[in-house]
Amino acid sequence: MIDYSKVLSRTVVDLKKSGIRKFFDLLDGRKDVIGLTVGQPDFVTPWHIREAAIDSLRNGKTYYTSNAGMPELREAIATYLKRRFDISYKPEETVVTVGGSEAIDMAIRAVVEPGDEVIIPTPSFVCYEPIVRVSGGVPVIIKTTAKDRFKLTPEDLRAAITPRTKMLVLPYPNNPTGAILTKEELAGIAEVIRDTNIVVLSDEIYAEMTYGRKHVSIASLAGMWERTIIASGFSKAYAMTGWRMGYLAAPAPLAEQMLKLHQYAIMCAPTTSQFAAIEALQNGDEDIAMMVGEYDRRRRYIYQGFRDIGIEVFEPEGAFYIYPEVGTFGIDAEEFCDRLLNEYKCAIVPGTAFGEGGERFARVSYAYSVKHIAEALNRIEAFVRTLKK
Amino acid sequence: MDTILKLLEDNATLTPAELAVMCDKEVGDIKKMIEAYEKDGVIVGYKTLIDWDKTDREYVSALIEVKITPQRDRGFDHVAEKIYTYPEVQSLYLMSGGYDLCVQIEGKTMKEVAYFVAQKLATIEEVVSTATHFVLRKYKDKGVVYGVEEIDERGNCN
Repeated sequence: MIDYSKVLSRTVVDLKKSGIRKFFDLLDGRKDVIGLTVGQPDFVTPWHIREAAIDSLRNGKTYYTSNAGMPELREAIATYLKRRFDISYKPEETVVTVGGSEAIDMAIRAVVEPGDEVIIPTPSFVCYEPIVRVSGGVPVIIKTTAKDRFKLTPEDLRAAITPRTKMLVLPYPNNPTGAILTKEELAGIAEVIRDTNIVVLSDEIYAEMTYGRKHVSIASLAGMWERTIIASGFSKAYAMTGWRMGYLAAPAPLAEQMLKLHQYAIMCAPTTSQFAAIEALQNGDEDIAMMVGEYDRRRRYIYQGFRDIGIEVFEPEGAFYIYPEVGTFGIDAEEFCDRLLNEYKCAIVPGTAFGEGGERFARVSYAYSVKHIAEALNRIEAFVRTLKK
Repeated sequence: MDTILKLLEDNATLTPAELAVMCDKEVGDIKKMIEAYEKDGVIVGYKTLIDWDKTDREYVSALIEVKITPQRDRGFDHVAEKIYTYPEVQSLYLMSGGYDLCVQIEGKTMKEVAYFVAQKLATIEEVVSTATHFVLRKYKDKGVVYGVEEIDERGNCN
């Protein structure tokens, strides 16, 4: 009999099961629950984008592309980044990946060696820490707080840097908090990083989802381009989660190495999806405007909803999540979410799923219709009323 | 501002307070805008979409193609007015192409609809001919799909 405990990688076995996965497992197969849990748009990919993919299939474009992606797509990514965010990349400084997740994976693996420290602000998306660990790196967590509106501060960053610091993960606009960093706030971060040898992994998957002000990439700040890897993708901006389309943008010395990993691990991103992605970048601005307008109205609606219920919450400025402080009624967020699920059939994700510092909070997605959001808020309100008694 | 119109077209139950929050406006301003839209006839009414097939109400609906002789000076409007005045008429459109007016009517039975066509519609002197098509099933109306439960198939993934 094979002894699996002897064959499996110790590092992988020791990885914690993601908290969000644990919570989602509770929901599997439950039809009676109204949830605000999903981390993806409720829009269908715009038709013209789907059509571009269908046309490519009809015309027999079923081959591998070159490893880094189709030249037209890399060109389109470079043009898009210049047009929307004023950052300059040559097409060869981009790599088309299987979703933003692969981009993050490649970036961390290309940079981190055993013992290297990677600074990760939390709460944030669940993947950074495990990937760092698999690379033998050491995650250094900075807990951002409600007081700072969940923004990484230059002071906390400076205090976390050691001679072993290799990388800073910058997860803004942020999942789960909805926090963003303004140009001024990024300038403070850049000030700390600029004269070091630290690489910034800027996860900008929600860059198009900001409200009231445009997203600024840290790569656009003086001296930062040369040390920044942008990981982004099409999932959120164009409602294309299922297509698994993302990209990396980085200076050539970094991009070349990430491409090497991508080549061995993936070969190339799916060709059909690449055709869709070209159409999205070239003709998708109006779709983004329409969807972001819709998210913005829901954002205002749900923010007001939580305030009316009497739950502490700060106004999110990006992504499509809101992060209410549900742990103020004598129970912590996990218990709040458990009881809300079991007693009121309403699901929201406890903040603990997104790393340290989430004990009093919950992530609530508003990628749902207003009618759906209203019903969920009703249930949350009914539950909170019993807690206040 | 047509955002409010679009929101109300989608969901007429949104209150002025909700609209105000969603559009970042004052409730009073929203109320004034809606009043103005109503006064100017931009908003012409509020209705509820009902799938009567799920109830025990018996009804039939039909689309009737009507050809007419337009009248000098008054064009089609005068005839249209004669037709839409009947309460059985749910909607009425002036059409391009092979016929002139498209009348949608509802009645309790096919007999009732037939009676309406024969006795009320065909007898209007400008009406040259009618062709009645009964609706067998309503799949979609006003952008809403009928009879299909919407299922959220999105995976809980991140």
